[in-house]
Amino acid sequence: MSIRLQNIGKHFGKTQALEPVDLDITEGELVGLLGPSGSGKTTLLRIIAGLETADREPGGRILFGERDVTHLHVRDRRIGFVFQHYALFRHMTVFDNVAFGLTVLPRKQRPSSGEIRSRVHRLLEMVKLEHMAQRYPAQLSGGQQQRVSLARALALRPDVLLLDEPFGALDAKVRQELRRWLRHLHDELNFTSLFVTHDQEEALELSDRVVVMSNGRIEQIDTPDKLYRHPANRFVFEFLGDVNHLEGTVRDGVLTCGDARLAVDLADGPEELLLRSHELELAESPSPEAQLPVTVAAISPVGAEVRVELEADWLGEPWLATVNHANYERLALTRGARLYALPRRWHRFPAERVKQPSRAPEPVS
Amino acid sequence: MSVRSLAIGLGSTPKRVLPGFGLSLGISLTFVSLMLLLPMTGLFGQLAGLSLAEYWAIITNDRVVASYVVTIGAAAVAAIVNAAFGLLLAWVLVRYEFPGKRLLDALMDLPFALPTAVAGITLATLYSSNGWMGQLLEPLGLQVAYTWVGIALAMSFTSIPFVVRTVQPVLEDMPHEMDEAALTLGASDFTGFRRVVLPHLWPALVTGTGLAFVRSLGEFGAIIFIAGNMPYETEITALMIFVRLQEYDYAGASAIASVVLFASLALLLAINIWQGRFIKRLHGGHG
Amino acid sequence: MQRIGDAPAVRRLLISAAVVLAALFLLLPLVAIFAQAFARGIDVFWANVTNHYTLAAIQLTLFIAVLTIPVCLVFGVALAWLVTRFRFPGRRILQTLIDIPFAVSPVVAGLVYLLLYGRNGWLGNWLDGYDIQLMFAWPGILLVTIFVTCPFVARELIPLMQAQGSREEEAAVTLGAPGWTIFRRVTLPNIRWALLYGVILTNARAVGEFGAVSVVSGAIRGQTNTLPLHLEQLYQDYNTVGAFASASLLALIALLTLVAKASLEWRAARREVHA
Repeated sequence: MSIRLQNIGKHFGKTQALEPVDLDITEGELVGLLGPSGSGKTTLLRIIAGLETADREPGGRILFGERDVTHLHVRDRRIGFVFQHYALFRHMTVFDNVAFGLTVLPRKQRPSSGEIRSRVHRLLEMVKLEHMAQRYPAQLSGGQQQRVSLARALALRPDVLLLDEPFGALDAKVRQELRRWLRHLHDELNFTSLFVTHDQEEALELSDRVVVMSNGRIEQIDTPDKLYRHPANRFVFEFLGDVNHLEGTVRDGVLTCGDARLAVDLADGPEELLLRSHELELAESPSPEAQLPVTVAAISPVGAEVRVELEADWLGEPWLATVNHANYERLALTRGARLYALPRRWHRFPAERVKQPSRAPEPVS
Repeated sequence: MSVRSLAIGLGSTPKRVLPGFGLSLGISLTFVSLMLLLPMTGLFGQLAGLSLAEYWAIITNDRVVASYVVTIGAAAVAAIVNAAFGLLLAWVLVRYEFPGKRLLDALMDLPFALPTAVAGITLATLYSSNGWMGQLLEPLGLQVAYTWVGIALAMSFTSIPFVVRTVQPVLEDMPHEMDEAALTLGASDFTGFRRVVLPHLWPALVTGTGLAFVRSLGEFGAIIFIAGNMPYETEITALMIFVRLQEYDYAGASAIASVVLFASLALLLAINIWQGRFIKRLHGGHG
Repeated sequence: MQRIGDAPAVRRLLISAAVVLAALFLLLPLVAIFAQAFARGIDVFWANVTNHYTLAAIQLTLFIAVLTIPVCLVFGVALAWLVTRFRFPGRRILQTLIDIPFAVSPVVAGLVYLLLYGRNGWLGNWLDGYDIQLMFAWPGILLVTIFVTCPFVARELIPLMQAQGSREEEAAVTLGAPGWTIFRRVTLPNIRWALLYGVILTNARAVGEFGAVSVVSGAIRGQTNTLPLHLEQLYQDYNTVGAFASASLLALIALLTLVAKASLEWRAARREVHA
């Protein structure tokens, strides 16, 4: 079932948690709402669920398919909601938790107890917890509890599944596993899902499309691939990965900053360039295009890559470069080694700088 | 905390970080022994002078048994009324905002702060046939003063804070996601309350009601004025002890007092054990 | 935010029910006390309050409260310090023992003291040999009052001190502060409001205790009559205004207790907001 929001905004008292937004989600999509805390992503999700009421804006509407649910109570919207801290009923067994939605149906619509039992067992099988049916939530691990919570939300076969930071409270490994499993489940059952996260990796890995939010505003809606390659603005770019700043003055196609030089195809004037850490190469000698002398300040191998912190007197803040282990060994990197950084790509968002001059790094003498 | 206690447990001579262990232990033990335990010896001394048959005869005397029935019956009614009323008050105080809420909240402690004798004469005056409430209720055929209804009323008055003040914090701490989970799953207000909120409050509600019941069993000052104190009909057990004392029947008073004492302590113990079990289930067998 | 029972109709119904019931059940008696006390005008009220026997009862009641509070204070602080700052065998038992006065009927409490210190009790008998009589005199009243009120200070302090933990005191130890200084400069500022409320509660119960005191006092007018016993006698003598005049004094103390509690809670809530 598709979800369509028109002119939906929200104030809490005088603070605007969500500027009026429009959003279209097509049937069967898995969409991530990504943003830092306070960006309005959870508010948006809770408005869709009916847990918060949107401001009365002219033309403000929420549609599930053709159904206008704007003024429908949460209990009548037929959504499944998964809470960050699971919100399992502690006094009920796993079985009773999953069966809850079915047992509170009006008597006429309620399935027979045998039917309920078999449906709950099918759901528990699906989340691989059939052997835990008679346990209480407190006897389960966090990952298991979140799976129960998911089975509970799915028991009523909702058209729309909403998840509020579903993996936020779990440790890294379980999170990874549950993510894959949710993707699988989504593809298999083909409902429309919307989930909130502040973890860009999670959003990019799991979603068909990502909605990036900040300060109660939607910054960009795109596929993960497009988002990463063509960020709409500086906020999106910075939020989606490590960023290094290079600020200087361009004259005759060369950007100069202290004793650093970089050939750029830009008009004369002050410029700030943004560079991704994995788009930086390290070499023992400068290239014709780039002469960026740096000193290695710290080295930390993290998994498949090695993170190298770089310092230079022309830099306000240190840079971060990620190199693979082969390069790391080839360069025989040590702390204090003097090298040259070679950017493969750079990015710039000129309009933003004018809007937010205060965010520019300190000028370097 | 656990690391520290472990360290203390492992050391052969416990080394305590903070000062004052000896002093505070000394004061506490001296006080507990002299003020709480020593007086109990008087009771047991008195009881030791009785044979088992004598003891049994005193505590199963018809008038005394009638007083048990009155006391337990009225206390049970008061406890049940308080469970419902206390739950309502706690719910309204936690869940809703309205003018005068702070006043209502402060009023909840009145029965604890008001001396029982004051409560006693006030309730007796209010509910006597020419009192404000009595005038309203008696034409309806409801006689409160000098009946067991009055006893239950006085018990309910003195013990209502137990229920409110036990349930209130638990309700306050109940995460809003519990409500929301029930609502997203389609529960109506009533079903949500019955199946999600009430079970969450259940341990606190039972504990509070239990404490109210225990308190009612021993209440004296608030009741005797409104009870009428008719032997076999409106005489409570605490008053029986008092009557025996005035007859200088110390042995009789002690025997009846021992029944009240053990009943209260046993109930208190039962509440504690029950609560411990319930909490264990909610927080898991392993922690 | 949507919560169970949020519908306006449900909300209005429950609030009105709670307010009406509380008004009838709790507020009305409070109003009635003062209405009865002033039923025959302020002069009669004043005459009853300044009556010789009433004044004697007030004096004795205050005297008992003034002696009870320091004892309960020292015991309460010592016990709270002991059970929240140290772990030792018997800690749980000790914590359970101090609840006894809550569970015991006041009449039973009075009785056990009477049995011990009365002429027939082994200790009373021994004291009688030295011509010391505790029962049916003010020392007896003091003893049972202490018994009944001793848990209050400790019960206020223990949960608070448990929640606060002993990190701050441990820090003070590492900085070389001596024991008494730690208590005065680190612990006391953290617990002073709970301590104050504990004292206020102790006071409220001490001036109002009836059941236990009536067993051991002997209720001799002008000598061993506390205010609650005095109002009982007046009430039994059908002097309603006199009884309620005394009752109103006690109700006033109760009201002050409620005000103190509300303002201390308000203060704590405000501090939480500012933190």
